[in-house]
Amino acid sequence: MSTTSHLETETHGHDDHHGHEHHKETFISKYVFSMDHKMISRQFLITGIIMGCIGVFMSILFRLQLAWPSESFGIIETFLGKWGKDGILDPNFYLALVTIHGTIMVFYVLTAGLSGTFSNLLIPLQIGARDMASPFMNMLSYWFFFLSSIVLISSFFVETGPASAGWTVYPPLSALEKAMPGSGLGMTLWLVAIILFIVSSLLGGINYISTVLNMRTKGMSMDRMPLTIWSFFFTAVLGLLSFPVLLGAGLFLIFDRSFGTSFYLSDIYLNGIGALDNVGGSPVLYQHLFWFLGHPEVYIILMPALGITSEVIANNARKPIFGYTAMVISLLGISFLSFIVWGHHMFITGMNPFLGTVFMFVTLIIAVPSAVKTFNYLATLWKGNIRFTPAMLFAIGLVSLFITGGLTGIYLGNAALDIQLHDTYFVVAHFHLVMGSASIFGMFAGIYHWYPKMFGKMMNNTLGYFHFWLTFISAYVVFFPMHFMGLAGVPRRYYEFTLVPEFGIWMDVNVVITIAAIVGGLAQVFFLYNFFVNIFKGEKATQNPWQSNSLEWTTPVEHIHGNWPGPLPVVYRGPYEYSVPGRELDYYPQNIPSDGEDDIHHTETVKVDEPTIETPTTEVDSSKVLFASFAKLFGLNRA
Amino acid sequence: MATTTVQETESIWKGGRSPFKVSYGKLMMWFFLLSDAFTFSSLLVFYGAARYSLADVWPLPDMVFNHFPLVGHYHLPLFFVSLMTFILIFSSVTMVLAVEAGHRNSHKEVGKYMLWTIIGGLAFLGCQAWEWSVFIGDGAKLYSNNFGLTADGKSYAEGLKVFGHYEWSEGLRTAGPAQFSSLFFLVTGFHGFHVFSGVVLNIIVYINVLFGTYERRGHYEMVEKVGLYWHFVDLVWVFVFTFFYLI
Repeated sequence: MSTTSHLETETHGHDDHHGHEHHKETFISKYVFSMDHKMISRQFLITGIIMGCIGVFMSILFRLQLAWPSESFGIIETFLGKWGKDGILDPNFYLALVTIHGTIMVFYVLTAGLSGTFSNLLIPLQIGARDMASPFMNMLSYWFFFLSSIVLISSFFVETGPASAGWTVYPPLSALEKAMPGSGLGMTLWLVAIILFIVSSLLGGINYISTVLNMRTKGMSMDRMPLTIWSFFFTAVLGLLSFPVLLGAGLFLIFDRSFGTSFYLSDIYLNGIGALDNVGGSPVLYQHLFWFLGHPEVYIILMPALGITSEVIANNARKPIFGYTAMVISLLGISFLSFIVWGHHMFITGMNPFLGTVFMFVTLIIAVPSAVKTFNYLATLWKGNIRFTPAMLFAIGLVSLFITGGLTGIYLGNAALDIQLHDTYFVVAHFHLVMGSASIFGMFAGIYHWYPKMFGKMMNNTLGYFHFWLTFISAYVVFFPMHFMGLAGVPRRYYEFTLVPEFGIWMDVNVVITIAAIVGGLAQVFFLYNFFVNIFKGEKATQNPWQSNSLEWTTPVEHIHGNWPGPLPVVYRGPYEYSVPGRELDYYPQNIPSDGEDDIHHTETVKVDEPTIETPTTEVDSSKVLFASFAKLFGLNRA
Repeated sequence: MATTTVQETESIWKGGRSPFKVSYGKLMMWFFLLSDAFTFSSLLVFYGAARYSLADVWPLPDMVFNHFPLVGHYHLPLFFVSLMTFILIFSSVTMVLAVEAGHRNSHKEVGKYMLWTIIGGLAFLGCQAWEWSVFIGDGAKLYSNNFGLTADGKSYAEGLKVFGHYEWSEGLRTAGPAQFSSLFFLVTGFHGFHVFSGVVLNIIVYINVLFGTYERRGHYEMVEKVGLYWHFVDLVWVFVFTFFYLI
């Protein structure tokens, strides 16, 4: 067929179902309504990055208000117009910003932007498939997501402003149009956007699952799949089973809002209006339905990041991942448990204390698989021959944030402690570290690692280091002090601390946090520059720049439809065979046959680009080193 | 991780094949149905919670749904909805026959049974329209209904016993739990929408059968796929029927 660009070339490289209906590719069919999973993944990524910029920018706007309440900022008036009159943020719009910031970051960046991007890119490439099971539905998945993004952003341009009931849109605030300006048309648009998002997630999810189950290449048994694939697989299952429940919750909410039903509303008293006509509804029902999605959702966000981290850490430590099976079982455990812990978001809704205890118990059990994963990461790093690429730094950063944020989860999962901590800044600190920052770090790790595969170019390492260190430090400076504010009882979503005298002592901390947030926001400029400029001007990537084992690096640098020019690769071993003793190279690609070591150099399609990687020549007994370090620690030096 | 070639051909999970020998399309349909099952579950769980919290005043379904067309005014509890259920289950039977005929590559029979399935689906939708219109005529609205207690505190069911079905004037009834009619319209409506989508899909497949698309393709897998969907819609109705009418 035709070659129309340096990014993608058409070849006759496909063998099954989707290969039949091929036409000459036009600009539209190639860049816009593309059915190629690599292009769709880039579409997801770039849309996600744009949404991410919007979301982060919003957070900086409301951080300005929190640090310097009721002071005038030109930037607020410039961007928000009538909601930032004289440069002072409107209190209602403060809530709108918080709501849309949460929605964008949770759904649009960390769900679609993370799992949409990397599931699409890596599932076919790492399991050895020509494309997704249904490329057409894959394309629809992106376009529903795009439409959803447009609808959400458009809610900024309606008269009453976007939804303002928090990203969880609890009724009655979200159900009563008169409750606040943001409960009007903006709320309806929010619901429409989320329903479109659910459709997108469903179309993507069934595709990911079917592809993983059905289209693995010969020899790619389930226990030879990279952990990224396992994590995408479980993520897709979680999305498939939890998003429809949000659809149900959303349907009821739409009916309450628009058709006068009483699903979530009862005869509550409204200031200035009197009692409502509604009878018999319960807003707590919404919370149950929402958190049945909401809790799996945090793992939908986190698990792809964990999978990416497994891959990046093993690759850059040049060691097999520690405890592959344990990693898979932990993912399975987390997936299962995530469905039965939603009640820990609702401890103080009047829930029966016995039920609260059950939810507390299953919540605390999640610490076990999470700890297994953490220790496996650390054990993989232990005595590894570590390359500190930007991707590796972000992956290690994820582990750090995952530990810090995960530990506070044990506090919040406790039904008694939650009485004090519920809806305080402690919660904000917890989820921003463990779910927000950690997942964003996983996403950055994935972008830095697979950028050569996505765009055929290399990113600049120096800019990457600046990006990492500024982001890492600012993430901690922003979110760590919030723990103390939360312990002191400062509630989240307050527009102005100075209104409550007791909170006045936190004003200096707020200034520090806001400055760190601005630094963290500006640090992303390094990333954006690095990302967008190198698409065009970057150094051309080699085929396997990270000396990786997995199959995606056996495809040509120039994208071709069908991924492999010849027959599909055959897999002979697991993906983490790094530093195999007795082998000349410190890695052992999955597609190299194991019998006849001599053959390797002939069949090797991968050129070694950096022969400077040192393989340890002498075997060191790791247990001896471990004991020696302990001995030193306790002053028991034998010498 | 050295595995012998013998093991590789033995296990169905070793890659290079579909573990369950299903096409990706059928697999995706199964997972879609799984997801849809969760949507309906969320609706039915909501129904359970709402009904449980309003158990004292919840109207008795077989006193509300006791009409039958063209037979005049008799108390015929759930007769009509049973007929609807029978029609839908029967259309599932004809769908099975269509799938079975597809396995035999019997072009003519596939068409015949697909047509019967479509007719069954349309008949069900027609019945549902009648059911809704009678319910609305009895005073049910999306946001309210009058199947509540009588003015002297008797439930709707008791009121019926005392006054007889048609002597009991509407004036005696008071507002019932709004969620009774809201949930009825929402859930049966959502199910009806699924049936409607199924009929549309069936018609598309039926047209393709008539044009011989699948005969040329050599297999009738599309019939199987819409069949899966149709059986699912039927199965969901069994639950809707149980929760909304029987108990």
